[in-house]
Amino acid sequence: MDSEEAVDPASTTSERGEAKSEAVRPVIPAQPERFTQVQESPEFGELRRAHRSFAFPLTLAFVAWYLLYVLLSNYAGGFMGTRVAGNINVALVLGLAQFLTTFLIAWWYSRHAAAQLDPRAEALKTRLEAGE
Amino acid sequence: MTTAGHTVAAHTFQAAGGAGEHRTLIITLFSVFVAITLGITVWAGRQTKDATDFYAGGRSFSGFQNGLAISGDYMSAASFLGIAGAIALFGYDGFLYSIGFLVAWLVALLLVAEPLRNSGRFTMADVLAHRLQQRPVRTAAGTSTIVVSIFYLLAQMVGAGALVALLLGASGEGSRRWIIALVGLVMVLYVTIGGMKGTTWVQIVKAVLLIAGTLLITVLVLNRFGWSLSSLLGHAAERSGKGRAFLEPGLQYGKDSTSKLNFVSLGLALVLGTAGLPHILIRFYTVPTAKAARTSVNWAIGIIGAFYLMTIALGFGAAALVGPKAIIASNESGNTAAPLLAQEVGGGAGSTGGAVLLAVISAVAFATILAVVAGLTLASSASFAHDLWANVIRKGSTTEKEEVLTAKIAAVVIGAVSIVLGIFAHRLNAAALVALAFAVAASANLPTILYSLFWKRFTTRGALWSIYGGLVSSVTLVILSPVVSGNPKALFPGMSFDLFPLANPGLVSIPLGFVLGWLGSVLSAEEAVARKYAELEVRALTGYGAH
Repeated sequence: MDSEEAVDPASTTSERGEAKSEAVRPVIPAQPERFTQVQESPEFGELRRAHRSFAFPLTLAFVAWYLLYVLLSNYAGGFMGTRVAGNINVALVLGLAQFLTTFLIAWWYSRHAAAQLDPRAEALKTRLEAGE
Repeated sequence: MTTAGHTVAAHTFQAAGGAGEHRTLIITLFSVFVAITLGITVWAGRQTKDATDFYAGGRSFSGFQNGLAISGDYMSAASFLGIAGAIALFGYDGFLYSIGFLVAWLVALLLVAEPLRNSGRFTMADVLAHRLQQRPVRTAAGTSTIVVSIFYLLAQMVGAGALVALLLGASGEGSRRWIIALVGLVMVLYVTIGGMKGTTWVQIVKAVLLIAGTLLITVLVLNRFGWSLSSLLGHAAERSGKGRAFLEPGLQYGKDSTSKLNFVSLGLALVLGTAGLPHILIRFYTVPTAKAARTSVNWAIGIIGAFYLMTIALGFGAAALVGPKAIIASNESGNTAAPLLAQEVGGGAGSTGGAVLLAVISAVAFATILAVVAGLTLASSASFAHDLWANVIRKGSTTEKEEVLTAKIAAVVIGAVSIVLGIFAHRLNAAALVALAFAVAASANLPTILYSLFWKRFTTRGALWSIYGGLVSSVTLVILSPVVSGNPKALFPGMSFDLFPLANPGLVSIPLGFVLGWLGSVLSAEEAVARKYAELEVRALTGYGAH
């Protein structure tokens, strides 16, 4: 890495300005190279993996499921119009299922985050703040 | 029930338009809302001392409070009036809006809210500035923030104008203009006096009112149909004159292959737009931690989901009880279906109950518009002051006081601009404008946010290509679309330069925004600065050094 380009004058000025305005914090500011060390540490790798391996596939899945629903509405009118009970048809059931999966995914992610992400993030943050 | 509803509906327009007591009641309720919220704003203004207070409400809100405020910011007049109207007129196709608007929140929850909260201070551009060259990216992000917000603002102003014309019987151009000017004035007062703290409380009050009002109507509608969804749907289908087709997809978007593609385009814009909307993104900064940001999105998903579920009762209820004829007679695009339904379930036109409910729901709709425009004004003026003024024009040499003053002046200017646009652009369709704002947000903002947070080889050139490419392509395609010219409902019905067949540009401009971000990065002469990405990624995931 080239250390010459490290200093971006604009950002340094503003960051200094920002630091002045914020309340004094008892935290030792991390040196720039510290971020690279942390980023390359196995603990951070675990945190990143725990987030990405959960959020990325799930995002692809719910976007695909939503688009499938849009495409079915467009091109499978007959199927969507099939009655399930009374005047309630497949289209409505699938629409309500979109609501249900949205609620479930939100709950599932939050559970995952509390168990797998928060403790790892907290531990790394504490280490950084202690200036270790 | 059906026949009674019919005769009532025939008189609804006159009743809603002419009778003095309805007007007095609506104006009274609305004035009470404005008085209370202005009171809150003044109180919040006294506690607003520094930039963090003004832009982020001092980061003092709880997850639940912010969840309510997010819901308040998100459930715009287009949702409340527009979706109810779309379902009432097009049946099932109208409901598809509700689903896209809700599912979109998962993008915000899984990918954007927490890292954004951890790594930014006041605006979306703060995150980009961590790793990219800050002046060009702040200029780009500030520009797209302001463009998206103006489109969204315009939609709300147009909605306000239409609502006034119908509900207050203000048939003349003069009163419509006055009301738009009044809405603009109040929103500027909210923002300049109360800042984010005041605006957030306005959102909270409005969200509670909107949910309560919607719940009341839903209960009254379901009660009419013996709490049977099937019976409600059956009556709606029968009254619509379309039969079972009313409950199936296709009435609005199924005509031909172009309208089907347009629907896919709209769907894409809705699901990817939310996480790029500037006035939603800045809400994540009002809570102290990323965990609280997560909690607020969860609450928002619950509240917004419940609200959109109730649009089923609102829309199909209006179709069944008011009927499409009366709805169209009142407003061609169905925007007054919800207030008309309120009047009907309250006891019908001429009854006290009907008058009271009509007034209550109309006042709630006004409150909705006011709160949303305040949120948008704050987002765009914050971006102007923090990104464009402080960090680009003054290169970081401003004081906080000067920056906040600039934001307030920007709010006044943006308010004035949107008043003028709102007065002249009343021909535009409000729902189309909102969908356009979503498309621009998804094309210009979302790719850059995601690449910045998750792709180590992203560069400044990639960000600029993506933001400007997404922005220019989506806006250009809209100008060339049937929304602007080439048909009687267009902005310029007399001209035809509608070279692009789809009303919504998302299908083309969103993939383009993503591709340009990638292409610009791989073609950059400059290499991505690994050290800066390390800092952003570590901050975003751990919350270290979060303000």
